[in-house]
Amino acid sequence: MIFKKFNIENKKARDLIPQAITVLALLSIIIYFATNAQINMGNRGISFGFGFLNQEASFDITFSMIEYDGSHSYGRAFLVGLLNTILVSAIGIFFATIMGVIVGISRLSDNYLIAKVAEWYVEIFRNIPLILQIFFWYFAALRALPLPENGISFYDISFLTIKGWYVPKFIWTNFNVFLLSVIAAFIAIYFINSYATKQREQFGKQIPVTTISLASLILIPLITFLFLGVTLTFEYPVLKQLSPTVFTYAGGVSIIPELIALALALSMYTATFIAENVRAGILGVSKGQKEAAASIGLNKNQILKLVVMPQALRIIIPPTTNQYLNLTKNSSLAAAIAYPDIVLVFAGTALMQTGRAIEIISITMLTYLTLSISISIFMNWYNKKMAIKEK
Amino acid sequence: MNLIAKPSKENLKTYAPIGLFLVSLSILDVFINAFFNFNLMAFLPSQLSYFLPLILGFIGFYLIRIEFSGVRFLDILNKNINSNNFNALLTLFTIFIIIKSIPPMLDWFILEANFLGNSKDDCTGDGACWVFIKVWFNRFMYGLYPDAEQWRINTAFLILFAIVGVSFFVSEKLKKYFVLFLVFVFPFLGIKLISGGSFGLEYVESAAWGGLSLTFIISAFAILFCFPIGVILALGRRSSLPAIRYISIGFIELWRGVPLITVLFMSAVMFPMFLPDGTFIDKLIRVLIAITLFEAAYMAEVVRGGLQALPKGQYEAAKSLGMGYWRMNALIILPQALKLVIPGIANTLLALVKDTPLIFVVGLMELAGMIGLAKTNPKWLGMAMEGYVFAGLVFWVICYAMSRYSQNLEKN
Repeated sequence: MIFKKFNIENKKARDLIPQAITVLALLSIIIYFATNAQINMGNRGISFGFGFLNQEASFDITFSMIEYDGSHSYGRAFLVGLLNTILVSAIGIFFATIMGVIVGISRLSDNYLIAKVAEWYVEIFRNIPLILQIFFWYFAALRALPLPENGISFYDISFLTIKGWYVPKFIWTNFNVFLLSVIAAFIAIYFINSYATKQREQFGKQIPVTTISLASLILIPLITFLFLGVTLTFEYPVLKQLSPTVFTYAGGVSIIPELIALALALSMYTATFIAENVRAGILGVSKGQKEAAASIGLNKNQILKLVVMPQALRIIIPPTTNQYLNLTKNSSLAAAIAYPDIVLVFAGTALMQTGRAIEIISITMLTYLTLSISISIFMNWYNKKMAIKEK
Repeated sequence: MNLIAKPSKENLKTYAPIGLFLVSLSILDVFINAFFNFNLMAFLPSQLSYFLPLILGFIGFYLIRIEFSGVRFLDILNKNINSNNFNALLTLFTIFIIIKSIPPMLDWFILEANFLGNSKDDCTGDGACWVFIKVWFNRFMYGLYPDAEQWRINTAFLILFAIVGVSFFVSEKLKKYFVLFLVFVFPFLGIKLISGGSFGLEYVESAAWGGLSLTFIISAFAILFCFPIGVILALGRRSSLPAIRYISIGFIELWRGVPLITVLFMSAVMFPMFLPDGTFIDKLIRVLIAITLFEAAYMAEVVRGGLQALPKGQYEAAKSLGMGYWRMNALIILPQALKLVIPGIANTLLALVKDTPLIFVVGLMELAGMIGLAKTNPKWLGMAMEGYVFAGLVFWVICYAMSRYSQNLEKN
């Protein structure tokens, strides 16, 4: 009896000792670093704190989605950088998904040439470091574009030049009404969908959901244009002469070459990984499933939509989530070509000006952690929705 | 209605030759157009002659699409590139685009390119200026390492390759000593040889290291250190002791959630703040620590996959033999788990090699960084394309070889 008790205590003690040592070691390292940091900051005459976020930043940013100039605060500059990071990540994710799906399906094409071309696309772009691809697009390919005065024109409404891509600007009146109508359309689609699912599961009735959804997505916003005073006009970019030799475009929106190069490289690089996921997902659906679906009389589209894709998606989504996360993190390479993302604006310029290395690097890393975690929470939710619901 | 009968086995003799002729004609037209800039169909209106190859090829492919023709060549063709109208169009587009893109590429890479000479003025052609690569080649390989001392880097790598090469041919027992030497002795000998400072070798500071050799040095050391740290972290994450488990999870997720570039920034500007005033750690070593910790987190996740894949019986069997935690892991669990995840490990190492160019953010210049330096040299402006194509090719060869190797491991 005594022996047993002793033994249990002994095991507890045995478990406690390594844990205590690890925690103590970690704590002492943290304390050591913290004291050093305090001494170093004291020597430089700065104290730890986030008050600097309210100070005037007094530097300019070349590309901003919200109003910003040198008189705004560091906090505002951080927000500009964050929005730019989110913008390029969103563009990258959008195009990487489309290209990835196309290339992934092409790899399985029964057309030998298409399959080979897709395979080589993957092999080439996956095995060159992303940073080199960004450099290539930015310093080599996009620098070969013409000057503004002889820019490549797309039907005279959009111009591609060495200084960027000029596209028409949307000018809305009553934009809020339009936005509300789009939200209303999505809510309507949600209800149509759940109604159709119910009808199908209870009575076996098929309702053309896709057609109805598309129609409501077009019709409901269209009503606002016709009756509720929403208008949309475009402001086209026009060539303007600044001096005898210098031209530029006035009006419209200018998409800077840094953004184009970054979005191109990110989406082409990530598309190769997504393509491999898509391929593995489709290959992962067993042949028996397709044959079983065909034998109960589903047509080709129904087989793809109702049998193959739901199962393939379940294999595709988790690794693709990882690729989306990677793309978001890789967008930090923007700093290499001076696209004003959070790393360049905040961990670069702002850090250089304030010298507050610890605060700024911590905020930057925390931001990326938050972005990563929010994407993975969203994708986990989506993944759960797609998972098999066993009844 | 059936003015033109559907291609079938009966009219094979008439349809197949006509179809093949039309397909060949359309390809020939595009080929001659692309390579000799001569338009066979110039007598036709421009709109028509532009689309004619496509139309001819499409009709040709339609005519030769004969099921079970009995002609082996036709059957293979139909099955692989001509199974329906849509596929025939895709095939034609692919072939035309490939043919159209060959001449400009060939011109730029070889025909119009300049190979001879030693300054930018020698590049008179419209194509690539390979003189740039030739002149800067030493810098691209060795960075700013003094020319007279470069034999030391060469020797270090030659010894490395020699040891690896020889170890393939010696017996199992000797191989063990080779591996031990390679892991525990050689890295430090090699780094001593390259940095110098003793044995009569001139000291070369790490700021002068660079080029492709720096890529290899950083990759090699990061691989060497990140592997054991990754294994320990993986074991920690699967540990039954909560404090150790949560610390491991926190450590792994922290590194995996942030981009490498911010970790490098941290090593450059934030880490020195954490050290006592006046201590100085070499930039290269700081970068190495950053990359090692970063990749160790990824390595830990790969190893954890292997640990999870092992059946529970292995743990129970080891415990029933009276083995403790460390003996169980070292002798039973890890050897099996690591064998399971060799492809994953290879992929992590591949990612590591692809990540090394990022060290330019802290001012170390490997291949991509040296090209950035060379292309801004006033005497060599406008050479970005050549430089990055060259760097891309070099990295592609290295990474492609590694990925093929890991795919082979996966298959076996």
